[in-house]
Amino acid sequence: MIELDTLRKSYGDEVVVDDVSLTLETGTITAVVGTSGSGKSTLLKLVNRLVEPESGTVRVDGTDTRALPLTELRRSIGYVIQDNGLFPHWSVARNVGAVPRLLGWPQDEIDARVSELLELMRLDPERIGPRYPHELSGGQAQRVGVARALAARPRMMLMDEPFGALDPVIRQEARAELAAIQRRLGATVLLVTHDMGEALSLGDQIAVMEAGRLLQVGTPAEIVLSPAAPQVRALIGEDERGFRHLALLPLAPLVRPNRAHVPTGGAELGEPLAAGASCADALSRMIWTGARMLPVAGQAGEPPGVVAIEDVLAAGRAGGPQTGRSGRPDGVGSGCDGRRNRGTGR
Amino acid sequence: MKASLGLAAVTGAFLAMPGAFEPLLRPFAPPGGPILYDRASLAGLAAAHLLLVAAALLPSALLGVGLAIWVTRPGQGRVLPLARAVVTFGQTLPPVAVLAICVPIFGFGALPALMALFLYGLLPIFESALAGFGSVPVSVRTAADGMGLTPRQRLFRVELPLAAPLILEGLRLSAVISLSTAAIGSTVAARTLGEVIIAGINVMNLAFVLQGGLLTAALALLLHEAFGVLADRARPPGSTAHPGP
Repeated sequence: MIELDTLRKSYGDEVVVDDVSLTLETGTITAVVGTSGSGKSTLLKLVNRLVEPESGTVRVDGTDTRALPLTELRRSIGYVIQDNGLFPHWSVARNVGAVPRLLGWPQDEIDARVSELLELMRLDPERIGPRYPHELSGGQAQRVGVARALAARPRMMLMDEPFGALDPVIRQEARAELAAIQRRLGATVLLVTHDMGEALSLGDQIAVMEAGRLLQVGTPAEIVLSPAAPQVRALIGEDERGFRHLALLPLAPLVRPNRAHVPTGGAELGEPLAAGASCADALSRMIWTGARMLPVAGQAGEPPGVVAIEDVLAAGRAGGPQTGRSGRPDGVGSGCDGRRNRGTGR
Repeated sequence: MKASLGLAAVTGAFLAMPGAFEPLLRPFAPPGGPILYDRASLAGLAAAHLLLVAAALLPSALLGVGLAIWVTRPGQGRVLPLARAVVTFGQTLPPVAVLAICVPIFGFGALPALMALFLYGLLPIFESALAGFGSVPVSVRTAADGMGLTPRQRLFRVELPLAAPLILEGLRLSAVISLSTAAIGSTVAARTLGEVIIAGINVMNLAFVLQGGLLTAALALLLHEAFGVLADRARPPGSTAHPGP
């Protein structure tokens, strides 16, 4: 667990981080969202002490970070920055192995770890390992940057706009990759972004920052359904709230068995949606194909089913303005109780 | 590259057996006068000349690069104007004036020349090194700090290797300027190829002036090439070939 406790930092008269407290549970992703100049990058740097706070403390598993030697602290925290910061005079393999080398790992262990990480990042160690950063595409360089941050098996990762330099297609892919890797490694991640969509899709917890202060901290659903301030509303995008909410809702609870080929509104059913798709994925497909009902692939062991547009819309509305309740993407909240929604939807 | 090798071969041959080149220089010597400088060996003078340049360049490099490292450390930016003033002062003093000031202090010989060259060489080295450290991307420096390199590791493993090509360009510039300027050292009895040129002027022997002048120029060109090769070697893979002069 990482605790930021009443942190404050100013440069001259300008307070860039103002009385910020935030708790990051072990193994979760916390996304700090804000416009540029909101102090979010400084907040990140307060954690690995690239910036020292004027007051307040950062505790990692209860230990004040100031009690640790600076280099030891930083070597134990993975750090990913927007322009990846790869050392241009070092090969990819040497870049990735940098922190283990600083920690004095034996060379054969470093080599093994580098290969393992490059494979994890879907980069061929034989081919990519000996290359230099200028020979990589943007997406590859970004993945090498993440691999480098993961090299010494940090329990914590700081990511400062890690996907900012990528084009939208690769960005989507990189996000999914990061989420998968984070789940696998169980690291605690603090991620800074100006993109609310990115924060909502990655974060277990969202912290919205403005002018050095935290405006709201909550689950993605809480942020979308009950924004605490006009600035939060603006970051979500008022017109996109419905879709943002649907994007947080898994489709699985809405799936019902496909009895005797229900009518599909005349359109071809096409390929079934993936079992892990969101309500937004389903609605998007429905809009595109004109189908009012779509097939969904079966979740582990279960038979495939179908999902109806009425159920999707009802799920998106549930927890909306009328009820004001929150809906967690894991179905804990109200929005995704499939059975109940099915009842109200017709 | 081929031209430099040719030049090196010709220069070497001239230093090894200047006699062979007598016919070429004969038209420039006064009738009946000596064609080749004979009060000292040209090879010996060339070696002394190069040694003087090296002896001046080394402390220039240490101080110039050292100052550049100092002013680029975090929080030391305010020292920059002072450091810049010092090295610029060294550059604005004409070497001849430095010689005039230093002779009463150090006496005649190599020392005043060394002093003049040392001061004259500082500015290009300092400014190039400064540009070199400035060329290290902010993201690279942030990454180095963030992953837990100590300040010393950051300097030696990241900043110096990345600044090296520009530092070497500065050394190259200083070395070439020093090599040409060193010739005036002979006015205060430093042993350099300038001795041959001065003798040529004194006895109105154009052949002397030519052999001293051309040798100095050839050595300067060769030094320029040699440093260029070094700077290219130091360039990180993938950067474009040298933009230098």
